[in-house]
Amino acid sequence: MGSLRLGYAVNYATAQHRRARGKDMTYVWATRSAALAGLDDAALAVLDSFAAPRDPEAWFGAEGAEDERRKSFDALAALGLLEPADFRVPIAPDLPALPYPLGTLVLNVTNKCNLSCSYCYEYGEDRINESSRGPALMSEETARQAVDLLFKDSAGRRNLSITFFGGETLLNFPLIKSVTEYANAKARGERRRMSFALTTNATLLTEEVIDFLTAEHFGINISIDGPRATQDAQRPFLSGKGTHDVVVPKIQRLIAVNRERGGRPVGARVTVTAQSADVQTIYQHLAGELGFDAVGFAPVTSAPGRDYALTGENYFTLLQAFGVLADDFVSAASAGKNHAFSNLNDLLRELHQGVNKAHPCGAGLGLVGVSTGGELGLCHRFVESGEHAIGTVTSGLDEERRRAFLEAGHVGTKVSCHDCFARPICSGGCYHEAWVRYADATQPNLHSCEWIRAWLDLGLITYARIMDANPAFFTRYEEAS
Amino acid sequence: MSRITPLNRKARRIAARFAGSFADAHALAPQDPPLGCTTIFAPGWEVDTDGGTANLCTPIERDLYDCHHSCYWPAQVPDALTNSPNWAQSCGAPVNDWSKIDLVFP
Ligand code: SF4
Ligand code: SF4
Repeated sequence: MGSLRLGYAVNYATAQHRRARGKDMTYVWATRSAALAGLDDAALAVLDSFAAPRDPEAWFGAEGAEDERRKSFDALAALGLLEPADFRVPIAPDLPALPYPLGTLVLNVTNKCNLSCSYCYEYGEDRINESSRGPALMSEETARQAVDLLFKDSAGRRNLSITFFGGETLLNFPLIKSVTEYANAKARGERRRMSFALTTNATLLTEEVIDFLTAEHFGINISIDGPRATQDAQRPFLSGKGTHDVVVPKIQRLIAVNRERGGRPVGARVTVTAQSADVQTIYQHLAGELGFDAVGFAPVTSAPGRDYALTGENYFTLLQAFGVLADDFVSAASAGKNHAFSNLNDLLRELHQGVNKAHPCGAGLGLVGVSTGGELGLCHRFVESGEHAIGTVTSGLDEERRRAFLEAGHVGTKVSCHDCFARPICSGGCYHEAWVRYADATQPNLHSCEWIRAWLDLGLITYARIMDANPAFFTRYEEAS
Repeated sequence: MSRITPLNRKARRIAARFAGSFADAHALAPQDPPLGCTTIFAPGWEVDTDGGTANLCTPIERDLYDCHHSCYWPAQVPDALTNSPNWAQSCGAPVNDWSKIDLVFP
């Protein structure tokens, strides 16, 4: 602003951030902005000069070098690393313009499953839905109405996606096929593009199914818990018989065909419980022996006290194991190679893009779940929960309930998160998990903060190590995904 | 001489936006900026050094927010804490959307 300077006339202080020490610089992640910058020791010293609030004007002039000091100060303030000390600007509870256009539909094509997993939230002790409420299979008509709703309520979006979910999705394979055809035809008519994904336990992968899924470029996620002993104990058939030896050849066949056809990465989704085998062994089995392109771990969701629930000690072990996988990831990335540990891959992407979430996930925003009976829920885990319904495929989205939920679930309302460095990415965590824990989907998941923060620290350190060794690795995350 | 290297996309966006003029950037810091200019005067209400509004350190339309979010200025904006929490909901970017701000009838 030219020569006129009114002065700051407010004290400034170091704003919340997290650091990781690198080779030649310190990596600093600003909580308010989610900007990530490298600071040399001199810049770090500037940041630390404001550890206690002080008047910047006084500091600028103190030891000569005024312009130098001003420049560093302004850059740090712009990045959100220095802020006025006397008033904290609150996190504005702004919602995006509503109704927010849908992007993804998650269709629960069936409630039935041919397995009986020990920890399942569909059927296990932590279920939300009363299984009697909906039909076992989604009908053709309901599915079409759901697709129509997706097209109608997604104004302005070119790319739409449908994810098939269950139960075991392939128990309703005919519907998956017909929905794919129906949506593809509709998209062609409107010059839009569809993408499809499905989650399956792999027991029903036949040649025909594999052919269809790979031809349609499905994103395929396979729920599998690891080597034989773990898989058979946690994911048995209803009869109690183990599934490992049944699924392995099918998965290998799928991966081979998919690769040949240049398909999207095939992912393994591993539920980690207190009884799981160790993460290294699981990872090695799935990525090394079976050839999965991506392996993601999800700590089991549970009310406290279940015997499969993870305890503090389990989390500690898990984190150590993730640390070892992260070392492996760094070696791969330093050589410019991909690594299949998908949780870390996702975290690095979010860090690199500077994601700053006002809501923890897309539930109720761009994403809705559809129950077999056609009820619309916040996401696939909430379908048929009644209380969290936000409409039906026939009556459409209930925008009032949707808005009320999004307001309540906004990070601005989660006061405990406001002083947490993990906030830009965590934002309070999964609504479903909160519901299971606290019977309130909009509570932050305070039981897992320690774990989340430790995980984000690991992400930041890994970011720093890769940036030190091979900054070009990050170009793969430049595209918004 | 200190060195600050913006690394992730967000940091680079901020740096690009304030390239060469970090001097005023603190007033537009990311996400929820401290919107009041100084705590003595909010020059947004008046004119810039050229007698216009173009060079005010915050766009003039932001003043509507200024008073409702962060500032002591006793202007008559709806009380966003208790009675009219949503009055500015439909106004995303004030410079473009200021005319969409709701009227509130007490
Ligand atoms: S839930 Fe916990 S870890 Fe997540 S943002 Fe809130 S306080 Fe931080
Ligand atoms: S509520 Fe939980 S399960 Fe549902 S979309 Fe969000 S993070 Fe995923």
